[in-house]
Amino acid sequence: MSTGPAARGPAAPVLQVRGLTVAFGAGRRRPAVPVVRGVDLVLRRGEVLGLVGESGAGKSLTALSLLGLAPPGAQVGGSVRLLGEEVLGRPERELAALRGSRIAMVFQDPLHAFTPVLRVGDQIAEALRIHERPRPRRETALRRAVELLDFVGVPQPSRAARALPHQLSGGMLQRAMIAMAVANRPAVLVADEPTSALDVTVQAQVLEALAAARRETGAALLLVTHDLGVVAGAADRVAVLYAGRVVETGPAEGVLCRPRMPYTLGLVGSVPRLDTRTPPTPVPGTAPAPGTIGPGCPFAARCPLAEPECRAAEPPLTGVDSLSRAGTSAPDAHTAACRRIPEVRRWSAADLFGRPPADTPELDVTGTEPPAHPSTTPGAAPAGPWQRATGAFAHAGSPNTAGGTAEGTVPGAGSVGEVVLSVSGLGRSYRLPGFRQRRAPVVRAVEYVDLEVRRGQTLALVGESGAGKSTTLREIASLAAPQAGRVEVLGQDTALLSRRAARELRTAVQLVPQDPASSLDPRMPVGDIVAEPLHAARVPPAVVAARVPRLLTQVGLRPVDADGYPHEFSGGQRQRVAIARALAVGPALLLLDEPVSALDVSVQAGILDLLLRLKRALGPAYLLVSHDLAVVRQLADRVSVMYAGRTVETGGVAEVFGRPRHPYTRALLSAVPLPDPVAERSRRRIVLPAGPGPGPRAVSGCAFRARCPVQALLPAAERRRCAEETPRARSAGEAAGHTVSCHFPHR
Amino acid sequence: MLGRLARHPGALCGLALLLALVALAVLGPYACRWSFTDVDYTALRQPPDARHWMGTNRIGQDVFAQVAHGLRKSLLIGAVVAAVATGLAAAVGASAGYFGGWTDRSLMFVADLLLVLPGFLVLVVLAPRLRQWGWLALAGLLALLGWMVTARAVRGMTRSLKERQFVVAARLMGVGPVRIIWRHILPHLASFLITDATVTVAGAVVSEAGLSYFGFGVQPPDVSLGTLIADGSDVALVYPWMFFFPAGLLTAFVLAVSLLGNALRDALDPTTVRPAGPPRGAVSGLA
Amino acid sequence: MSVLIARRLARCVVLFLVSLVLSYALASTALDPRAYFEDRRPPPPTRVVDAELARLGMDDRAPLPVRFAHWADGAVHGDLGRTIDGESVRAEFGRRIGVSVRLLLVGTLAGTAVGTLAGVWSAVRRGGFGDRALAGFSFAVLCVPTFVLALLLKTGALAVNRAAGTGVVKYTGEHTPGLQGDWSVHLRDTAAHLALPALCVALAAIALYSRYQRAATLDVLGADHLRTARAKGLTPGRALLRHGLRISLVPMTVFFSFGVLTLVTGAVFTERVFGWPGMGSWLIDSVEKGDVNSVVAVNGFAAAVVLLAGLVADVLHALLDPRVRQP
Repeated sequence: MSTGPAARGPAAPVLQVRGLTVAFGAGRRRPAVPVVRGVDLVLRRGEVLGLVGESGAGKSLTALSLLGLAPPGAQVGGSVRLLGEEVLGRPERELAALRGSRIAMVFQDPLHAFTPVLRVGDQIAEALRIHERPRPRRETALRRAVELLDFVGVPQPSRAARALPHQLSGGMLQRAMIAMAVANRPAVLVADEPTSALDVTVQAQVLEALAAARRETGAALLLVTHDLGVVAGAADRVAVLYAGRVVETGPAEGVLCRPRMPYTLGLVGSVPRLDTRTPPTPVPGTAPAPGTIGPGCPFAARCPLAEPECRAAEPPLTGVDSLSRAGTSAPDAHTAACRRIPEVRRWSAADLFGRPPADTPELDVTGTEPPAHPSTTPGAAPAGPWQRATGAFAHAGSPNTAGGTAEGTVPGAGSVGEVVLSVSGLGRSYRLPGFRQRRAPVVRAVEYVDLEVRRGQTLALVGESGAGKSTTLREIASLAAPQAGRVEVLGQDTALLSRRAARELRTAVQLVPQDPASSLDPRMPVGDIVAEPLHAARVPPAVVAARVPRLLTQVGLRPVDADGYPHEFSGGQRQRVAIARALAVGPALLLLDEPVSALDVSVQAGILDLLLRLKRALGPAYLLVSHDLAVVRQLADRVSVMYAGRTVETGGVAEVFGRPRHPYTRALLSAVPLPDPVAERSRRRIVLPAGPGPGPRAVSGCAFRARCPVQALLPAAERRRCAEETPRARSAGEAAGHTVSCHFPHR
Repeated sequence: MLGRLARHPGALCGLALLLALVALAVLGPYACRWSFTDVDYTALRQPPDARHWMGTNRIGQDVFAQVAHGLRKSLLIGAVVAAVATGLAAAVGASAGYFGGWTDRSLMFVADLLLVLPGFLVLVVLAPRLRQWGWLALAGLLALLGWMVTARAVRGMTRSLKERQFVVAARLMGVGPVRIIWRHILPHLASFLITDATVTVAGAVVSEAGLSYFGFGVQPPDVSLGTLIADGSDVALVYPWMFFFPAGLLTAFVLAVSLLGNALRDALDPTTVRPAGPPRGAVSGLA
Repeated sequence: MSVLIARRLARCVVLFLVSLVLSYALASTALDPRAYFEDRRPPPPTRVVDAELARLGMDDRAPLPVRFAHWADGAVHGDLGRTIDGESVRAEFGRRIGVSVRLLLVGTLAGTAVGTLAGVWSAVRRGGFGDRALAGFSFAVLCVPTFVLALLLKTGALAVNRAAGTGVVKYTGEHTPGLQGDWSVHLRDTAAHLALPALCVALAAIALYSRYQRAATLDVLGADHLRTARAKGLTPGRALLRHGLRISLVPMTVFFSFGVLTLVTGAVFTERVFGWPGMGSWLIDSVEKGDVNSVVAVNGFAAAVVLLAGLVADVLHALLDPRVRQP
């Protein structure tokens, strides 16, 4: 969606931000806590500027302040000039006239950003009626709203206009939000995390809509996001925000491919990538909390290159290439706020952060457990055996059905693993809440799922939200008789378990839930949380007391952390606690439900690293559910793609990712953005039409056919087969264990 | 938590006022030379003076002694009611919310049924029997008619807690339902229950006073704030001490408890889930 | 939507019938109509008392189900039985219901409307002087028990009248007995009598609902969709009016149905204190006399009011929030 360098030219800035500060909570005795600490941004006509940073960096606050929408209690300072006019400090009435007409915003969570009791079309029409003079009639505005919905690619726009927000899917709502934002052809569009919490396929649709809207109106776009892949694909220039300041800015290619600030380097290096199996490098430590930032560089505490001078004064943005401050004035200058730019050039993220400072507990993983391999100790070069398949995108290594020998599995963790979990024909449906008993529509969350996980193996379940991944996981974790099909854990059918046997089997299957912030009881000390499954398994208290400190060291925490409460820990540390709890009873199978999706990327990498090490050291099998294919690529041996409650493709990770056969898998893979502007822009993307909303699904035939790009091109006779015959799993060619459920798989 | 409570100005005022009232109720009868039944024939309808600190009533009884005695009875009833009603509400609400299904439906039908008739009306109807059974039965009945709104709120909170990941995780780890309710759910409701109990104390005291005002609660020769207010109300302008002292003390007590309740709500873990039901004012469903 | 309301209605009817049965059982076991006759001077012979009780359907020697069946048979045919003094309950009911409904309706409507508006205003001006003053007022009113509030109002009226030397403020009864004049004189007289009791009911409602509405409005003020409305170009006031108010009223419907319970109870005191011949006074008198049939009638009325309030709340909820209608 970039306009390309040729179209850019020396356009006048439409938005100019100088020294923007936002501070909170000045009380009678306390000074204000600065959250945004002097941000400079320039946005030119027709340009896309990506504002990147992790949670707490002040991205959203910066975005909101541009519209004068900072939350009450915030003190905003500095200067924001929109089309040459100062915005800050204007009375509310004048700001209201600007908002929506000159500068408009696309918010993060579309379901909550729309008023729930008003129709979507009316809300878009209202945006037109506020600004347009003479004020259009209600019907005219509504008709224009339908046109706008159609323009951003909402299917059946007139129906969508009549719907209430909760009746539309997240992707449709986000496109409606874009339609509302561009209704008055603003000069500046601010999009705050427009695609987070959306599936990759939907994300692609939304980005497409955003690009189309921008092309049509010529608006400049400030794209606020934490996702480097989105930025790589969409932004002309990038500004990296850390602890409330821009630490590096410049053309997207320069910043993402040749970062010169150690934080940017670490950020880029910590993103798991779909195209290679290089393990992402975690950045140690966490960003400083607002109010605790000292005089020096805010990244100094985490920076391996930090010198004493770094802690003395905050470095200004310096030209990367010219090494002088003059470089910052050029429109496309690449600048970084670092004293050691020349040195950074020589480092890669893996080399720079591979050797963690000894005092950070975040990476001290080995604990009392003897390291399984010498190479797993943090100090060693990052060339463990799990890395052999670097660049395995085209690698045809063959993980066979026997599992264990697949690439990425450690020899010795069981070369021919026994079957830990076997699921066949699993089905699960439930009635929608909010209805009375018999009237509620039945949702078939899981239709027919087959799985097999062997000891020491990691199987990943992937698919869009609503595909039934998490339901499958919960069905397995419940160890109860499934509604349909069979679940066998360690050879025992869960439908036939006695209560006693079920309790014993509980210790074999443990769950790591998605969001560590909510999965740990905030009222319990960490020690009790970790001990809970042990108590449930009736382990004697003395044994429990001895195990808890050992578990905590195993996951990289200190034994004294047992007395802390969850809210005292960072997100990554909390997820470590959740992992320790799951490991407490020594399970044979660990169910990982989106284990890193709630975490910032730099923390994500640390957890992925921990999970890989723990598997090598302790040897449990993992069943991983993730919507993030790059994470799957790093962690899994085998992958099972689900669509609408069915398994559509299964096989080794290298097989499925390298040579996907099912059209859905192909679309899914193509939708994942790469955090590399060059690779990202040269890729062809398959954008799927919108998925089915929640509700009853087609009874017969292939569930994917309505969205299938292959089926659309088939002759009528073959198309009928898709509509009538439910495809069965069949072998997908040379690699054993690679199966696909499609009548016309890709060759 | 105590620190947060101590910094709250409302809490300090409420606590001080409450302690003063409790002291008055407990120590008052000993400090005064008159008992609440004593009759001073030399001082009928006497305004407050050194001899009778709050004056005397029509037949020469010391108002201070009566007020102190009435307050004691009211506080006793309030405390018993709060303890029983809150316990009942927690048990019923948590089971209904956690187990769902038929347990939920039947328990909530009972709660709805008891809510259909204003509890006060039921008490009035039962008043003739209560005269024979004494104040403990009155307290018991007040509790029995005062748990429903709290139970509904507890049920709502339990249902949302049940969906919280840490409860789901505990369930999948094989922790039993009773243990989950005890270890994971009730601790999260504790602050709400404590706050609600203080509010229930006020509600019970007001209900008892209202019943006694109509002559249905505490029976002569025993006195409570309600009977004293009833006796004094007709002559409020002529002999204001007979009306304003008991009425003022009753109001002061509700004020103290409400201040304390509000402060507790603020001080006890602000992250706790809030009830889905109404934020309850000083006046509960009882009166 | 109509299905939803029909279902609620069915539940209400079931609850109403069950509560009727329960209150009959309660009244019959707890009350002692025999004592009312035996306490007469001179005490009538037992035979006469028995006959009188049997005629009223309150004979405690007959088993409870039989008495109830007799009463229910009459009730189905529109006959609610006789009061203990031999009057028709239905006629008495008809006389008193208008009095109570007038008080409740005027008090509740005025209280809800003023309370809601005050709550919104208070939330918008949060932290300001008006907000604090309203908070203090609400807190004070909520801390004064209803009957003390009624007595205070009455005492105040007395003091005003005494100072003015005439009956400026009417504080007893619901109209002046034996008043001559056309309808406008009567209307003015009724309104004057209504003012103080209605104020008593309304004050409690204002205090209660203004707190709830303030909290609900504050919740909405922090909501994402209100920010979106402002980002579209609406001023904060208009954004709240168009996108916030309706949503903040949704939880109020629940509070309304809970609050009516409190207000009905409060009305009993109010009627008693201001000498209104309404349902509340009837209940108190009947309980003292042991008049089973009258007590059941009053309880039925109270249950109907509470259930009706719940139903109104449900309908309002469905009207305000289309998500209820279109899940």
